[in-house]
Amino acid sequence: MGLELYLDLISQPCRAVYIFAKKNGIPFELRTVELLKGQHHSDAFAQVNPLKKVPALKDGDFTLAESVAILLYLCRKYEVPDHWYPQDLQARARVDEYLAWQHTALRNSCTRAMWQKMMFPVFLGEQVPPETLASTLAELERCLQLLEDKFLKDQDFLAGPHISVADLVAITELMHPVSAGCQVFKSRPKLAAWRQRVEAAVGKDLFQEAHAVVMKAKDLPPADSAIKEKLKPSVQVLLQ
Amino acid sequence: MWPPPPAPEPGSSPLSTESPENSCCCENSGLPGLMTTPSETRSSRMRVLGLGWRGPTGTEPGPGAQAAYRLRFRTCWLWLVGVPDTCLSMGLELYLDLLSASCRAVYIFARKNNIPFDFQFVDLLKGHHHSKEYIKINPLKKVPSLKDGKFVLSESVAILFYLCRKYSTPSHWYPPDLHTRARVDEFMAWQHTAIQMPMSRILWIKMLIPMITGEEVPDEKVEQMLAEVKNSMQLFEEKFLQDKMFISGDHISLADVVALVEMMQPMGGNYDVFLNSSKIAEWRMRVELAIGPSLFGEAHDRLMRLAEWDSSTLDPMVKERICELLQKFK
Repeated sequence: MGLELYLDLISQPCRAVYIFAKKNGIPFELRTVELLKGQHHSDAFAQVNPLKKVPALKDGDFTLAESVAILLYLCRKYEVPDHWYPQDLQARARVDEYLAWQHTALRNSCTRAMWQKMMFPVFLGEQVPPETLASTLAELERCLQLLEDKFLKDQDFLAGPHISVADLVAITELMHPVSAGCQVFKSRPKLAAWRQRVEAAVGKDLFQEAHAVVMKAKDLPPADSAIKEKLKPSVQVLLQ
Repeated sequence: MWPPPPAPEPGSSPLSTESPENSCCCENSGLPGLMTTPSETRSSRMRVLGLGWRGPTGTEPGPGAQAAYRLRFRTCWLWLVGVPDTCLSMGLELYLDLLSASCRAVYIFARKNNIPFDFQFVDLLKGHHHSKEYIKINPLKKVPSLKDGKFVLSESVAILFYLCRKYSTPSHWYPPDLHTRARVDEFMAWQHTAIQMPMSRILWIKMLIPMITGEEVPDEKVEQMLAEVKNSMQLFEEKFLQDKMFISGDHISLADVVALVEMMQPMGGNYDVFLNSSKIAEWRMRVELAIGPSLFGEAHDRLMRLAEWDSSTLDPMVKERICELLQKFK
């Protein structure tokens, strides 16, 4: 059995891994784990990732969780072009810096923004207090400003002149609130230009393919009560 | 440290003062005895520069050469003591407050590997991370930060990887084997939200918030946080540690250092997360031993003495933020 990637493309980190693997022609079996059906809680999936999250990788007997770890593993194993995770000491440090920062910064606000603006009302039929949403969107704005000022600056890509895994992780993150109707790029020409560059580097078709699921999330039919019961405990934290 | 001290008078002979504390960086920090550039590194830098008062074959240098020497010495002296924020600074600087777990990880790693650096104390309790000077170093207003010449880096995980590579530390810290390295990466990614955040929150809710605001965090929230920590410790034991000696296998790696310093954070508030698992308690002992008990103890001293801290000296802006934080918990 070759490389297996356990993904749900509704999830930001899954999209980053998917785009990376496809772009680099890495052969893999896609194993879809539908989060909205609670499939990540199954016993079978726990064998692959006891943390019960996607993405997860299975390479023979070796299993691996965490998108950042998976991306770096794929970089090394498949000896992808240097620019994805550069050898140069300082260039690599810039990528590492972004990959570390984003866990508790952009990831947080993008997930909350998408769920509070769209998934809670549309899918779970739960209204989110306007102050909560406002505070989340303000936090998102703050993160976007940091993304522009501290990471992107006047460069073409986040870690320098070439696209790296940092850009994949960032762009897939930003598409989350975009799918919920947040105008992330409208008032930010610098970020909009960077997005164009990333899409061009990745390839428009692959980019759109990876985002097809999340962009249709707003059209999802409301969840039935069984699903709601299953999901509510784990998504409640996204209301805070 | 700010402000930087004045440059020495021309013609002075600073080499006569060889004490390790002869550095501006920590004199005003209130933390005497903190290591800056060890004297052996200073003398090795001198050797690299080929400095000496004497000309070749013991002859006394002429007046022009003496003037040139004085200029080089003034330049080099400033370099040796690591004056920050001047174009003469060439050494590695680490901006730290050991109250922060991420800072402790970087400090322990650098010290353990004898990486020479200037300790730049950024007092979190005094709000120094919000100062204009520090924002120039790290606009994210967080510690730790690294400054290596003109290169500035934030995020402890990135800093640890950078130090590993630049100083070619022993391979067990970040093993080259594909699978073993992936295990370290996996933990380093997971810990941000699963370990660091909840452990840090325990210190806030059990100690800092009551101490600073005089108010307790609602019991319900406390219970929720403690449950989260318990869950994380369980996952740590079952998925990351399992039956191994260390996270990556038989040897200590960056992952163990990062894990342990973060799990120590609640100790500052007298909350011991190691009590429930003998496996984790044993792993903790192994990690402390591998690091060295005296280095480990030194790194955690400020945290362990937090209860003694006079919170009336807290920077008012920091106090305001903490009060806001309390509101979020209510």
